[in-house]
Amino acid sequence: MIELDAVGKTYPGAAAPAVTSLDLVVTTGEIVALVGPSGCGKTTTLKMINRLIEPSRGTIRVAGRDIGSVPGPELRRGIGYVIQHTGLFPHRTIAENIATVPRMLGWERGTIARRIGELVELMGLDPAIGTRYPAELSGGQRQRVGVARALAADPPVLLMDEPFGAVDPILRSRLQDELLALQRRLHKTIVLVTHDIDEAIKVADRVAILNIGGVLEQYAPPGELLRAPANAFVEDFLGADRGIKRLSLIRIAEVPLEAGPVVAPGAGAAEVAEAMRRYGVDWFGVVSGSDLLGWAWGSEAPSGAGGVALRPFEVRLQGADTLRDALDTAITGRTLVAPVFDGERYLGMLTVDAISRQVIG
Amino acid sequence: MVAAKVGDMIEFLGDLAAWFASSWDGDTGYLMRIWEHVTVSGAALLAAVAVALPLGAWFGHTGRGGMLVTSMVNVGRALPSFGIVALALPITIRLADALPVIDSGLGFLPTFVALFALAAPPVFINTHAGIRGVDPDTVEAARGMGIDGRRVLTTIELPMAAAVIMYGIRVTAVQIVATAPLGALVAYGGLGRFIIDGFAVRDSVQIAAGAILVALLAVATDIGFSRLERRVVPKGITPTRKGGNIAGDVMVDPARAQWSRAVKPIHREE
Repeated sequence: MIELDAVGKTYPGAAAPAVTSLDLVVTTGEIVALVGPSGCGKTTTLKMINRLIEPSRGTIRVAGRDIGSVPGPELRRGIGYVIQHTGLFPHRTIAENIATVPRMLGWERGTIARRIGELVELMGLDPAIGTRYPAELSGGQRQRVGVARALAADPPVLLMDEPFGAVDPILRSRLQDELLALQRRLHKTIVLVTHDIDEAIKVADRVAILNIGGVLEQYAPPGELLRAPANAFVEDFLGADRGIKRLSLIRIAEVPLEAGPVVAPGAGAAEVAEAMRRYGVDWFGVVSGSDLLGWAWGSEAPSGAGGVALRPFEVRLQGADTLRDALDTAITGRTLVAPVFDGERYLGMLTVDAISRQVIG
Repeated sequence: MVAAKVGDMIEFLGDLAAWFASSWDGDTGYLMRIWEHVTVSGAALLAAVAVALPLGAWFGHTGRGGMLVTSMVNVGRALPSFGIVALALPITIRLADALPVIDSGLGFLPTFVALFALAAPPVFINTHAGIRGVDPDTVEAARGMGIDGRRVLTTIELPMAAAVIMYGIRVTAVQIVATAPLGALVAYGGLGRFIIDGFAVRDSVQIAAGAILVALLAVATDIGFSRLERRVVPKGITPTRKGGNIAGDVMVDPARAQWSRAVKPIHREE
């Protein structure tokens, strides 16, 4: 657990404090994201936790211990630290980079070597990477090595300063997923600074939104933040697409599905007309057992579903996908629905109406 | 006309070859003079590195002493070597009078002092610039992992700055070797003897021989130090960092490089 108690920082010569007085509690095993505009003191706050920056006032406790009583370097060896450009030592091999903290802590060579092996595997890196130098690695590999290095001595707390800020969006998204998968196994207490509200919403259990001068505007889980922003600043910071962002927090598996305007392969004209009328649409789907065969316009089937050429549904969503994916599928298809499957088995569909009800309700 | 000139030239080259064949031996032979040249150059370089490298590293590491760095840069560029030799002489003579351990205020000592004064500023400047040029993210990561300040300097900053520092030492070494002939003005030996004495007796063969030897020694120094540079710069430091560019800029216009850094506010924990 990390507790910030009336913590403030005023840089020498600065007119206003970077952080005025901040109270914040991060519970063990959760990911907390600090977000806010530049100048909100989020990085200052992060660096005060490992004393890279000395607080001007207030106390910070990590695992109940006042960090002011621990020498900076000693404190930092017990806290993982990951930064944007990884800061890998270019003159040392990957193995040496990862071994930095264990070596300082005086671990035995064999133990260190085993630990390096574990971490390389944990991060999904090629075991042969150990003897290479940072300059020979891709951006994504370097970022993973940066995380491995921070985890080397198995610290309970991890501080991450814009860890995915310097990589392209596709890789960023993948590294975020990897972080979440890692966290499910390791249960670290993680404080992460980001300027990207979407990243905060995606990875954090709780998000702290900071205003200029380190003023805490709201501290809440992402869902609550999006549903009930505390004030105009938070609302503004979350952006106009708050509803869409909320959709990205809801898994398809959590919401009820509808059968949709579907009929059996041999259905007659009346049956087709009834299915379309019930949903108020001018198309129908054909389901055979648990197989969604495709869809056609009502006007193409004047004498029922038999023998009509069906168009396939291109996207097959699964329960683990989010409502944001569902909305995207629905509005980009001609039918305005998102069919959902369990593997290949058809479960039901989501209409745009049903998706929007999740945000409104 | 032309034939006569070519004939003169051939004759001159013959004389030069004869000089090289005959003048190598003894206390005033060129082997001895090379030895003297190398000794005073090496001593001055060693002393300059011993003093300026730790100072440059420390000021670079702490980010302090902006004024000192700037004045070093300016002094380093403005100091005329000839002037220092002239300036060093009265000082070393008085020093020798005051301290009986010093043999003579002539010869080696003023030459050494002048070369030291020539060498210390560029070594200081390049070390400082090299350390300041280390990627701040790497330093931050090092500190963030609990490496203490002194070890950040010795295990991260110095190895990463090695290319720039070594380049500074190499250029300085060549400069020392090329300037050491001035020692002959204050009664030191070295290869300058051939040039100065050659002028005194209008012996153009001796002047040319001295100049050739100084040039060869300077080239050898450059080759030697570039080999050393390759050995000292750690693996993994990328060629773009290692290449002459960064160091080249520093040597060409250190004042600009320093000022641009000096105006940036730097937050550092002490």
